[in-house]
Amino acid sequence: MEGKPLSAVKAAQSIATRDAYGNALLELGRRRDDVVVLDADLSGSTKTGKFATAFPERFFNIGISEQDMIGTAGGLSLTGKLPFASTFAIFETGRAWEQIRQTICYSRLNVKLVATHGGITVGEDGASHQALEDIALMRVIPDMTVIVPADGLETEQVINAVAEYSGPVYVRLGRAKVPVVMPEDYRFRIGKAYTFHTGRDANIIATGIMVAAALEARQVLEAEGLDVGVINMSTIKPIDEDAVITAAEASGLIVTAEEHSIIGGLGGAVCEVVSEKRPAIVKRIGVRDEFGRSGKPDELLRFYGLTAFDIIKAIKEARCHPPLKL
Amino acid sequence: MNQATAMRDLKALKEHARQLRVEILKMLTESGSGHTGGSLSAADIVAALYFYKMRHRPDDPKWRERDRFILSKGHAAPLLYAALALTGYFDKGLLRTLRKIDSSLQGHPSSKMLKGIEVSTGSLGQGLSIANGIALGLRMDGLESRVYCLLGDGEIEEGQVWEAAMTAAHYRLDNLCAIIDNNGLQIDGLCCDVMNIEPITAKWDAFGWNVIDIDGHDMEQIVNALDEAEGIKGRPTVIVARTVKGKGVSFFEGKAEYHGIAPTGEELERALKELGGDGR
Repeated sequence: MEGKPLSAVKAAQSIATRDAYGNALLELGRRRDDVVVLDADLSGSTKTGKFATAFPERFFNIGISEQDMIGTAGGLSLTGKLPFASTFAIFETGRAWEQIRQTICYSRLNVKLVATHGGITVGEDGASHQALEDIALMRVIPDMTVIVPADGLETEQVINAVAEYSGPVYVRLGRAKVPVVMPEDYRFRIGKAYTFHTGRDANIIATGIMVAAALEARQVLEAEGLDVGVINMSTIKPIDEDAVITAAEASGLIVTAEEHSIIGGLGGAVCEVVSEKRPAIVKRIGVRDEFGRSGKPDELLRFYGLTAFDIIKAIKEARCHPPLKL
Repeated sequence: MNQATAMRDLKALKEHARQLRVEILKMLTESGSGHTGGSLSAADIVAALYFYKMRHRPDDPKWRERDRFILSKGHAAPLLYAALALTGYFDKGLLRTLRKIDSSLQGHPSSKMLKGIEVSTGSLGQGLSIANGIALGLRMDGLESRVYCLLGDGEIEEGQVWEAAMTAAHYRLDNLCAIIDNNGLQIDGLCCDVMNIEPITAKWDAFGWNVIDIDGHDMEQIVNALDEAEGIKGRPTVIVARTVKGKGVSFFEGKAEYHGIAPTGEELERALKELGGDGR
């Protein structure tokens, strides 16, 4: 089952979420003249270059200085502009973490931090460029909203939704192409998870590119007679507690799946909810407290155990050897 | 706008600076903690800004055409609070609540909690980037408003300051004026011993800024520099204000140990006597 094309999703419409961002930002710029965009010398990769070409007077390349970019974005917001600040996820959230905390969040400035190159599917550039900690870093800051879209369709909706929302937001996007997984009539709302199905045997709560893997796992297990649910938890903060509790009540076994460290990200957030509100077994699929490495995205997903196969294995193992009574 | 005081009356400005110092010392003594030295060293500069140079409306803090002040050296919060109170943003009585549990006067300025604060500061090195962003936004809107950013000299050891220095010059932000409170001291001692920041003026000049080097306690030099900065086109201006930490109180002057220590009751009495006036 590894590496096989997904029949459950529209692989033909594959688009990287960063490309969807570039297109959505251009459209948003056409509709709203208060939108300004900042980048730190990566506009070709983050796809803010499209906006820059169309609206050069509203685009500010701050050079290779992420801390300064965050502060400048904050200042622009103080004059009523709607800044989108983009670079790679590790540099945006890591290099400029304290600027995000002090300048953006403590003052509750209306700045949208949209980072690309989240996770290991950055590929060949390796560990230095693969953000596996960014969700945790952003989730811990008060007043921050954290969103990880699953596909291009959802990305477009997320960009429009965060533009309407007043306050700091972190949106994490990827480099590699991902299939479209969300239904055509789907409408993203901040803080609202999308439940594809609620399962009686297990429920997979996934985010980002792992939603596609979760749907593939569900299809395989369904054929084997297991009733497995799938939730797209695109807003990681504030997390949709009702969706998590419903999943915990339905099956007692939850598997979280994210292209991020198992510490502090979606898995951590789900554990926080279930341990306080509705105890259940939670198995976390993610990078297990280690750095990434160079390789092709598909190879890396297999190397770090982030495939549908790994989700299936986790569910089967938990059912055969339950750590506690399920 | 405080038109009544917006005139070049050096004697009046010196009196405002004296009153700022009195309020700083009183509130710090009351709170029992806070940053004395760096609040006193910048008092003349802030008096010139709030009582002379800046166009602002204390009864309309969000007035669109106001000039902006960013206190990048956020630990000088007592100075900013005194300036806001004495120009009428809020009642002077509020100054007595500095650093208390139910007060809007946080140890370092919080824009969410107190009107008149443009943005929260306190973690050093971040204000100039914010000032750049405001300057860019004001220019896009075609506003004449100017942005003033006060930095500490130890603060320019932060790398982000130099990132922002490049950005301001690159984008030719002539509506921006940075002021460095060059009192020569930081918490651990003399700046030149902890981390040498000299030559300050040559550094800013090399980064493409118009540099004005002044005595930061000479009111005439301060207002002249602020006026000159407004006329400079095509590049940002930095005023390097040579100051004395703890200025105005002889036994605090030039003492690194009074960076983050409040006066005792006895010290307050002696200090107010030195500062003169009725001390109210």
